[in-house]
Parts: sequence; structure tokens; C-alpha cells
Amino acid sequence: MGDSAYVASSASTIPAAVPAAVPAPTVPARHSVLVRVTHWITTLCFFALLVSGAEIVISHPRFYWGETGNVLTPTLFKLPIPSSRNLVPTGYGYVLPDANGWSRYLHFQTAWVLVLTGLLYAISGLFTGHFRKDLLPGKADLSWRAFSTTIGGHLRFRRPSEGEAWSYNVLQRVSYLFVVFVLFPLVIWTGLAMSPAFVSAVPATVNLLGGQQSARTLHFFVSLALVLFLLVHVGMVWLAGFRSRMRAMITGRAGTSYSGSGRPMPSKPLERT
Amino acid sequence: MSKISRRKLITTGLATAGGVLGLTAVAGIAEKYGLIPPDHGGIYGLGETLTYASQRLLTRHSLAREFSRSQISKPPFANEMAPPSDAFKRLQAGKFADWRLDINGMVARPASFSLDQLKSYPSHSQITMIQCEEGWSYIAEWNGVRLSHVLDLVGVLPQARYVVYYSIEPDWWESIDMADALHPQTFLTYGMNGDELPVGNGGPLRLRVARQLGYKSVKFITHMTVTDDLKEFGKGLGSASPEGGYAWYAGI
Repeated sequence: MGDSAYVASSASTIPAAVPAAVPAPTVPARHSVLVRVTHWITTLCFFALLVSGAEIVISHPRFYWGETGNVLTPTLFKLPIPSSRNLVPTGYGYVLPDANGWSRYLHFQTAWVLVLTGLLYAISGLFTGHFRKDLLPGKADLSWRAFSTTIGGHLRFRRPSEGEAWSYNVLQRVSYLFVVFVLFPLVIWTGLAMSPAFVSAVPATVNLLGGQQSARTLHFFVSLALVLFLLVHVGMVWLAGFRSRMRAMITGRAGTSYSGSGRPMPSKPLERT
Repeated sequence: MSKISRRKLITTGLATAGGVLGLTAVAGIAEKYGLIPPDHGGIYGLGETLTYASQRLLTRHSLAREFSRSQISKPPFANEMAPPSDAFKRLQAGKFADWRLDINGMVARPASFSLDQLKSYPSHSQITMIQCEEGWSYIAEWNGVRLSHVLDLVGVLPQARYVVYYSIEPDWWESIDMADALHPQTFLTYGMNGDELPVGNGGPLRLRVARQLGYKSVKFITHMTVTDDLKEFGKGLGSASPEGGYAWYAGI
């Protein structure tokens, strides 16, 4: 997961955690190698899934609720776009090129890579304490005051402090946890619920969602939520300092002050609890 | 430094060799247990193989969901189709009385069946969903004879691994493995919702493969070949679908 801090806590608390005499050589990585590698694999997979998913949707840009749906049944809603198949009455006088074949191949292969990467991330996150230490908000963070300070900082477009580059604020923690433990599991679940072979073995996958077409519709909305997260995430990275945040997620080095110049850095990520 | 490098080199070498050996062993076992789909080559081969292998381990015997009569889609949806060929129209003019299904290949007794013959065998019905890769779906009651029953009649040889099936329409053919061919919901379907199977839904004879997408349920079946190897069929990818860019295994 990325890094897009806006200042939450007052900047004056940061230098206190930085004894000036700390020897520089062993600055801990802002993000562990595993987090960085899985982050970028996830990024690649996300774009592949997004493009192929959009291609699959345009072959039938109509959505339904319940078990079944086709051009003879009422829709829940339809996208006002042309279709890649002439079966669908879209109102457009033309049909887009059919790209469903490779899109489906790519979608499912990428889903495999993403699920395996996600498993690696989740299991290692449990063992290394990544979720507990870096993502779980501390007790102090879960107060309304902490939330409102963070949100207030965002609304006033206050730039993050140096120290903020070393940790996540409460909004980041909550949204990353939501993406990792709610949206991704949901998108996998709703995806599996559309597989005719998988649901033959585990029918509850689709029955709990109210039907195969409901699963398809939910899959679409969860994907939209993930796209929304991506947009905000990239926007925040941009505002917080694109170069330094990208460097942190690529090389592991955080902040502008540690570049071998010998300026002091926090010896460990800020305590959050 | 050189010591560490050498140690690293040896470790890396051993790990690589172990990895290659491991992968070869896994591939061998996967091949032996029929976990490799015929379209396993190419850039999407990894994903297809993972999907097919997982489904074969997980869902070999599982049954497609069945629905209640009240859930049957009304009206039954018939997908759009290319105009029928002259061969089809001739048989249709004769009310399909001369329709034949030929079965040959790795069978003890190659045979040709008329529709009446197929209808004389034990009839079964299932209320299942057909899902198109485009995203739409409908539920219908399908009536027919189990493919496994007909395969028993012709005597499938033990080494057989796939059933290849052809539509009367040109270039429309598919294949399934024996797990799906012998599956109790795989029907030679001649009826729908208590009536004859309409031409729009594949009548007079459609192979219904309940646990895969609609494109595996080929319409207007006239011919089947039982085989142990798909390399000799078409471009060797298993069916017409991969040749057109679609996955051979459509259970997803």
C-alpha cells in the first residue's frame, strides 16, 4: 500500500522523537521489501483487471438483480455506452470491436496473480506485525478528535510534516485496512460467485449474494469503489510529494532528509499507540 | 566477500535447480491427473492451467445449482444466430426425422442415433442456468438423455480422455474432458420447459454442459468423437473457442 500522508498531528511532536546524535547508517526502510514488491505487483494487476474488466462489461453493459438477466428482462440500470456485441440494444448505431476473448483470459490470469500476491501480503503482514504496527489505528487515533484533526488537516490542504512520511495517519490506516480486508475480499468473492463451476462446489458463494446477476452487479460496484480508492490514493501521493513518496515505495527510503547527507532521521517509525 | 559470493552462487544454483526439478515434477503430476487444459500454451496458459487444475481438484463431481419451476425465465431467451445452413434447413423441412448423431473414435461400438432412439432412452430433466460469456443468463428446464448413458451404449475405451462434439453448422465444435462428459447434468438435450427444444435454443439436439458457460453447450449436434488427445483436432487447442481467442475450459 502506498503512502499519502497529510499532517494530522502537530509538527512539533516530531523532532522530539529524533535524538540528534543517532548514527545515520541503519535507517529502517519506510516500506519493507515485501510491501514494496506486492504493492507494485498489485498495481500492475489492478490496471490489467481494470482494462479487461471494462472490456468484458462493454460486451453487455446492462446490469440486473437476482439470478438471471438478459435483453428480454428489465435491468437494474444500464450504462449509456455502445456495446461490443450487437445483441444489446444500446441506441448507438454501431458496435465496438469485440475484445472479450483476450480480456477474459487476461482478467482471470491476472486475478490468479493478484490473489496469490494478496495471500503472500496478508500472511506475511500477520507474521511481521505489519497490520498491527503500521495499519491498525492506535487507541488515541480512534477518537473523534483525532479523526477531525486529520480530516481538518486534509481540508485545509496542510502539507505533511517530515515525520509524517514515516507513518500513516488514522484516515490512511482506516482506508488501507478497508481496502485490504473488505474491498479486495469482496471483489474476489463476487468474482467467484459468477463462476458456474465454482458455485457448483460452493453454492453459498452466490446464494448469499442473492443470485448470479446480483453478484455481477456487486462485482461492478466493488470495482468502482476500488477505482475510487485508487484515484484518491494517487491524488494524495501527488499532494504529499510525489517524488519522495514514490521513492519510499520503490527504494524503501523515506523523506527528503535522508539521502546520505547525514541529517538526522527518526530511528524508528513514530509510535502510534 | 568472495566466500559469501560463492556461497550465494551455490545456494542460488541449488535453489534454481530445485525449482526447475520441482516445476517439472508438478507439471508431470498435473499432466498425469489431467489437470492441464489443451490451450495451456501462450501467454495466458498459466492462468488457464491454474483455473482448470483447481476446478478439476475442487469440482469434479459437484452439481450445478438447480432452481425451482417458478424461477424459469419467461419468455425463454434465444440468443441471436447466424442464418441456418442449407443442410440444417433440409433436415428442418423434414421435421428433423432424418437427424442423426454419429459417435465414433475411441469407442467399442461406433453408432449412429436418430432423435427417436435418443428419446427412447431414460429421460432426465434439470432446471439450470445458462450463462453467456457476455454477461447475460437465463434459467430453463432442459430435458434429455444423459451423455453418460449414450457413451455407455457405444462403450468408451478406458484410455479415452475427451469427447469432441460438432454442430451441423460449419466450424462450430467443442470438446470436454471425461469429468464433464460423464457428469450427470451433461445432457443430449431435446426438450425445453416441457416442450420440444426450440431451434433458437439449439433444437433439435443440443449438448448441455451445465457447469460451463453457454458457448460449451453447442447447438445442433450431429457428431461426436471420443479421443485421448486433442492435438489432431483443428489447431490442437481443444476446440473452436481457443482458435477464436476464447478459453477452452469455460467453467472459469
